[in-house]
Amino acid sequence: MQNNQQKETEKMTDNHILSIKNLYKNYGSTEVLKDINIDIDEGEFLVLVGPSGCGKSTLLNCIAGLEEITSGTIEIAKLDMSSVPPKDRNIAMVFQSYALYPTMNVEKNITFGMKVRGESATAQKAALENVTEILQIGDLLKRKPAQLSGGQRQRVAMGRALVRNPKLFLFDEPLSNLDAKLRVEMRGEIKRLYQKLKTSIVYVTHDQTEAMNLATQLAVMKGGELQQLGPPQEIYDKPNSIFVAGFIGSPAMNFIEGELQIDGKAKFFKTQLNNEEILISIDHYQFESAVSHGQKLTLGIRPEYITGIKPDVDDKMLLSVELIPTLIETNGFDKHVDLKFGDGEIGGRFMPQEQISFNEAHLTHLNFSKISIFDRLSGWRV
Amino acid sequence: MTNLTMTNITVQYSGNKPKKLRFWHKAARYSLYILLILFALFYIMPLFVMVITSLKSLDEIHQGGLLNLPENITFEPWFVAWSSACAGVSCNGLKGFFFNSVLLVVPAVFIATLIGAINGYALMHWRFKGSEIIFALLLFGCFIPFQIVLLPMAILLGKMHLSGSITGLIMVHAIYGIPFTTMFFRNYYMTIPVELVKAAKIDGAGFFRIFFSIFLPLSPPIIVVTIIWEFTNIWNDFLFGISFSAAGTQPITVALNNIVNSTTGVKEYNVDMAAAIIAALPTLLVYIFAGKYFIRGLSAGSVKG
Ligand SMILES: Nc1ncnc2c1ncn2[C@@H]1O[C@H](COP(=O)(O)OP(=O)(O)OP(=O)(O)O)[C@@H](O)[C@H]1O
Ligand SMILES: [Mg+2]
Repeated sequence: MQNNQQKETEKMTDNHILSIKNLYKNYGSTEVLKDINIDIDEGEFLVLVGPSGCGKSTLLNCIAGLEEITSGTIEIAKLDMSSVPPKDRNIAMVFQSYALYPTMNVEKNITFGMKVRGESATAQKAALENVTEILQIGDLLKRKPAQLSGGQRQRVAMGRALVRNPKLFLFDEPLSNLDAKLRVEMRGEIKRLYQKLKTSIVYVTHDQTEAMNLATQLAVMKGGELQQLGPPQEIYDKPNSIFVAGFIGSPAMNFIEGELQIDGKAKFFKTQLNNEEILISIDHYQFESAVSHGQKLTLGIRPEYITGIKPDVDDKMLLSVELIPTLIETNGFDKHVDLKFGDGEIGGRFMPQEQISFNEAHLTHLNFSKISIFDRLSGWRV
Repeated sequence: MTNLTMTNITVQYSGNKPKKLRFWHKAARYSLYILLILFALFYIMPLFVMVITSLKSLDEIHQGGLLNLPENITFEPWFVAWSSACAGVSCNGLKGFFFNSVLLVVPAVFIATLIGAINGYALMHWRFKGSEIIFALLLFGCFIPFQIVLLPMAILLGKMHLSGSITGLIMVHAIYGIPFTTMFFRNYYMTIPVELVKAAKIDGAGFFRIFFSIFLPLSPPIIVVTIIWEFTNIWNDFLFGISFSAAGTQPITVALNNIVNSTTGVKEYNVDMAAAIIAALPTLLVYIFAGKYFIRGLSAGSVKG
């Protein structure tokens, strides 16, 4: 009862542009989305990210009303939209394949929706002029989609969404058909547009770099379930599962397997390196759940904490060992090096001026001041 | 060793082609042409005989020489066939029946094509429970032989008071054409991305708006294919024509049969030939003028968006 009241007041004061509660979606007997809960404030840029087939597009289509949901509710701008047709949801969508109407020229593509909704010719003209200026597509207006390049089509598709002036923009992998250079360019353009228009966006991608770059809120999905939702930096720093930790960040986080050792008040992560037992002090790590002596754990450490230059941290949190490089990649501002570590490998980031040779042992410092620790069996953060 | 072989090969390809090889290449090419020309002649022979026979007088025909060109070209048989040949009791030539066929074919083709287009669009892009089954059943309709539906259709037409009318025939042909036209359009619309429909739905367009504004403008290639297919089938149909028509409503194929078979006195081969050509001319012309679109439409997907 009290709980309910609390919820009510929360609802009065919150600022959610999108609120998804207990959403399930089945195709026949296969569950494609399982118990999705997402709340997003107005003006947020939510990116849904996850491996192929995890249900991102399905979720977006459910928000758009293009797919019926099996159970749960979807609110857009505080209105229950769970069973409202797409045209009345106050949304606009940009598709991966652009989905421009092939027989209409750019101008007609952009104004088609307004025409269908019966808006006046003057309103259409004004809206067209507005987006033409924002997107710089003035000289394309009379062309058919087939006569446009990928980037231009992308821009027109965004124009079609912009004239709608919706409460919520939906993007389904809008950049994945572009080449690498154009993709980075358009990514910047979308971000600039977002900062200028201050709209709310839900954006789907399977590219974690794109996700990190664009998002103000990041939702990581796997197998139809929401794994973690939060600001990108928080997810990068404190991934709540091995899956999220491995998916977000490039090069990927390193995982070391071991177990928990509790010595009186002191906690250690015990692991093996070349038949030698190593104890890593993890007193500084804030456990989020109860752990016990001997519990099987996986320790995650990002490559930027594995370096050749000794970092300025307490020796207790440092492991300095000679490791053998198996792969050296240079990109100009640092070197990504994979090193043999016990039976496996770990990747570190080294300064470009450091002399590192393939197969020659190199003194490497593992800085454990910022780590993530997971329960090895469940895969969740502890 | 390997090196040697390699150089050998390069020499062969970069140097001049051996003369002998070129000769055989040409020989093969020309024999192919000759063969193709022979086949073409063989196929055109009946038409050739029909045309020259229709331009001869009866006397000349009776002299024999089936393949001889006419000595005195006469168009009389054509006029007779068009306006005064006797089909059964009436002796007004083909012209009335020609227009019967036009009156029958145009609406039947139009209806079958339009319904096929809407069906194909709905079955492909507005899936509902059982839409796959409906399509499968419709496809089954393509394989039902004419003979099976004759009797039930006759009863149905009787109940609808359409027996012996052109309207009845239009209905029969339109219905019989729908499985084919639906299949054509559905398969064509399969190449149109679903996102197009999604985008239009978000833009606020409904079922028919999307069809008329987006799908129909993309459809000319398949419309041409469908029209040619349906036109040819319905124009050339004899069985439905003879089963469901009455004295004044017979299509041209039935009339042609009557002209050729109503033998009072001598058989006028020249008139028969002229009549047969007149009856076949529309389908022939359709193929000549739209044939290339037919091939193109069959192999074309939709435009990419
Ligand atoms: N119409 C459908 N019928 C049955 N299963 C479907 C249907 N559409 C999607 N699925 C299944 O739902 C799952 C999620 O699909 P979805 O398209 O949402 O994935 P995604 O995360 O967008 O992947 P991608 O990154 O490849 O686009 C997939 O396993 C897919 O096979
Ligand atoms: Mg997808």
